[in-house]
Amino acid sequence: MPRGAYSAVGIAAALSLALTACSSSSSPSGSAATGDGGGDAGKTIVVGVTSDPDTLFPWKATQFQAVNVLQNLYGTLTEFDKDLNVVPGLAESWQTSDDGKKLTLKLRQGVTFADGSTFGSEDVKWSLDKIMDEKTAAVARASLSSVKSVKAPDANTVVLELNGPDAALPANLATVNMAMLSSDDTEDKLNATPNGTGPFTLKNRVPSQSITLARNDAYWGDKAKAAAVEFRVIPDESSIVSAMQSGNVQLSVFDDPLVAQTAEAGGTITVAKTPQLSYHVLQLNATHGDLKDVNVRLAIQCAIDRKQVLDTAALGEGEVTGPITAPAFKSDPNNRPCPTRDLAKAADYLAKAGKASGVTVKTIVSQGEYATSVNEAQNLKAQLAEAKINLDLEVLESGAYVDRWVAADFDAAVALNGGRPDPDGSYGRYFTSDGNLNKVAGYSSPELDKLFAEGKATTDQAARKGIYDQVSTLLEQNAPWIWLFSGYTYTATTAGVQGFVPMASGSLQFLRTTSVS
Amino acid sequence: MRLRNRILTTVGTLFGVAVLVFVMLRAIPGDQITAGLGTEAAALTPAQRQALEQYYGLDQSLFTQFFSWLGNMLTGNFGYSARQQQSVLDLTLHSLPVTIELAVLSIVLALLIGVPLGMLAASRTNSARDALGQVVSLAGLSVPAFLLATTLLSVFAASFGFNPNGQGFATLADDPLLNLRQMLLPALVLGFGIAAPILRTTRTAVLEVRSEDFVRTARAKGVPERRLQVRHVLGNALVPIVTMTGLQFGYLLGGAVVVEQIFSVPGIGRQVLLGIQQKEYAVVQSTVLVIALAFVLVNLLTDALYRVIDPRVRAS
Repeated sequence: MPRGAYSAVGIAAALSLALTACSSSSSPSGSAATGDGGGDAGKTIVVGVTSDPDTLFPWKATQFQAVNVLQNLYGTLTEFDKDLNVVPGLAESWQTSDDGKKLTLKLRQGVTFADGSTFGSEDVKWSLDKIMDEKTAAVARASLSSVKSVKAPDANTVVLELNGPDAALPANLATVNMAMLSSDDTEDKLNATPNGTGPFTLKNRVPSQSITLARNDAYWGDKAKAAAVEFRVIPDESSIVSAMQSGNVQLSVFDDPLVAQTAEAGGTITVAKTPQLSYHVLQLNATHGDLKDVNVRLAIQCAIDRKQVLDTAALGEGEVTGPITAPAFKSDPNNRPCPTRDLAKAADYLAKAGKASGVTVKTIVSQGEYATSVNEAQNLKAQLAEAKINLDLEVLESGAYVDRWVAADFDAAVALNGGRPDPDGSYGRYFTSDGNLNKVAGYSSPELDKLFAEGKATTDQAARKGIYDQVSTLLEQNAPWIWLFSGYTYTATTAGVQGFVPMASGSLQFLRTTSVS
Repeated sequence: MRLRNRILTTVGTLFGVAVLVFVMLRAIPGDQITAGLGTEAAALTPAQRQALEQYYGLDQSLFTQFFSWLGNMLTGNFGYSARQQQSVLDLTLHSLPVTIELAVLSIVLALLIGVPLGMLAASRTNSARDALGQVVSLAGLSVPAFLLATTLLSVFAASFGFNPNGQGFATLADDPLLNLRQMLLPALVLGFGIAAPILRTTRTAVLEVRSEDFVRTARAKGVPERRLQVRHVLGNALVPIVTMTGLQFGYLLGGAVVVEQIFSVPGIGRQVLLGIQQKEYAVVQSTVLVIALAFVLVNLLTDALYRVIDPRVRAS
């Protein structure tokens, strides 16, 4: 009786077999298409990214993927080397006047934009003036707060008149948010067709699928080794690992330790770890309720074992840290009232605050903003509960989290904040009374204001290190935030990728020295 | 008269969807400024924020925003995505065919798995073959698409070096062979999930039809078994199967976001997801409206199919 049904199953089985045969017969050509950048696989590097840039306008780019693409297209007056030292970029040299109120930059000659037009001092003046103009809404505007005016006395010289000495200015000029644009360009034009002085130019873009850069043969420095770089959008990090295993993608940067471990486990992918400048932190809002009392904040500091947070939330992949993560100014993580977890001391601090029975701290946590956030929050909650501190967690979608964070609408926030190579850039905006993020930081003091001003006015590096050590000490003693750990950036490469230098900032600027054999 | 009613209902539904999406999008915390700048938005001065609100059109009243968008939609202007530097119409013209192709392939695979297995299961209830059908349908319903997708992708890539989805996406027109290879695994994952309800529906419908008098009469008249199963039983059991298939096809046109993400398929689901993440209101509103329209059209098509497969519907 069921012969009819059997035949139907037979047809289905035959079709499935045909499909399977089709897939397996096509698999060799699938892997042979490695680096399908037009026949010469060795000359195109395919970089796997989870998202394409949300903007191509460098002055407004804050998304990691956008910054990574744009810093290969645009040039800046100064640059960072692999150790994050400030080195010449479009400015060949610079000199600060004796009173520190004038910075004179000598520009490199013979530099051209991607459209062939010549780069000169007028472009620098126009760019800096525009960045300082509030109407442009450039994100790096505050980094130029010490600049009074910009002058271009001749084609190759630019003079910045300053309100006062600003030792952090050369480092601030090195970010892609300070990219030098042609004075003939507009935001709308550049969003469609980038026009920079970088080592690559835009070749092709398929929205939400890929963006391909071609080597800029007119670049002023050493020409890029690869003929082209394709940033290929593969939204899921595990899928990027699969694409690397099958040889379709050659390089990628991960920040999830679990994904990095999976990638390494296969044996065909090499993963390099670089300590990050960004840091994981429990931000306390010292203007809110019980947290106004420094003793409550110190109790929280004492009740947290940072290593435990690192081990449970990030598989131990990282280092316990103090406030400053920049290699040249690094804080000693043990220089704080409670270098290790001390519940008795935490109880003392709570008693001093008159809160021996405990406190409740409403804490916002972002779901999905970065891989380890919720795990960190849960571990912190468990640890603090033992010290009668109740972390009332509110896990939010990333948009809702950003909204609350921007409005400083929280008692505490579990956060991953980006660090910068210069501590003034990292913390001046948070912990000075007129800093543009001071409302979010929730803490400032006359001592800190004075130290940050001194740090800016001092050019001697050793003296600056001493000043920022004091900043670090003051921050830990007052515990406006509880610094936890800094993780690693994982740069995954397949065999044959050479010359790439990972940076603590996560930057892909050394794609220019990378080649694929 | 019926046609006019149908058109009116469709227009009403689409307007309702438009209002709902518009309101829901505004209810989600954040806007295009915070979506783009992230926590850096906290550093904006009031003048900077004002300049950005003007740039993105957020300084307009909600009323103006809604009706200018709706008016533009009616004239064929679906809005513009600043992020992708393309009109929403262009984006949709690229993503919708990809989604339709994926949906068709998934449905074909689901039917190839679901209908024969459903018939097989119904051929002898409570037997081993019935149990097999139950196991397959239970697996299809309970194994999450993301798990199956990630596992298939990882195993094929790591063990066989087979991962066409790691290459740049090729449309059917660009490179049909590569396109079909890239569609194979996503369609299989989606098809497996959809096969389950189709299998169950087929089994129930076949069992019901088989117990009817006309089947017994046909068998008594000596109709060959194969003809009986296909023409008489399956033919009469088709209406619920088509209904279920139409429903599933409609859902698929809404985009299979998870599967599209894992296999890097640039379909309409990803377009909506990116729009929501970036708070590009016009992208989300216009795309959702297109999806709603597609759903309505699939329903109309399913209704039309009833007339083809069931003479009783034609007669009424």
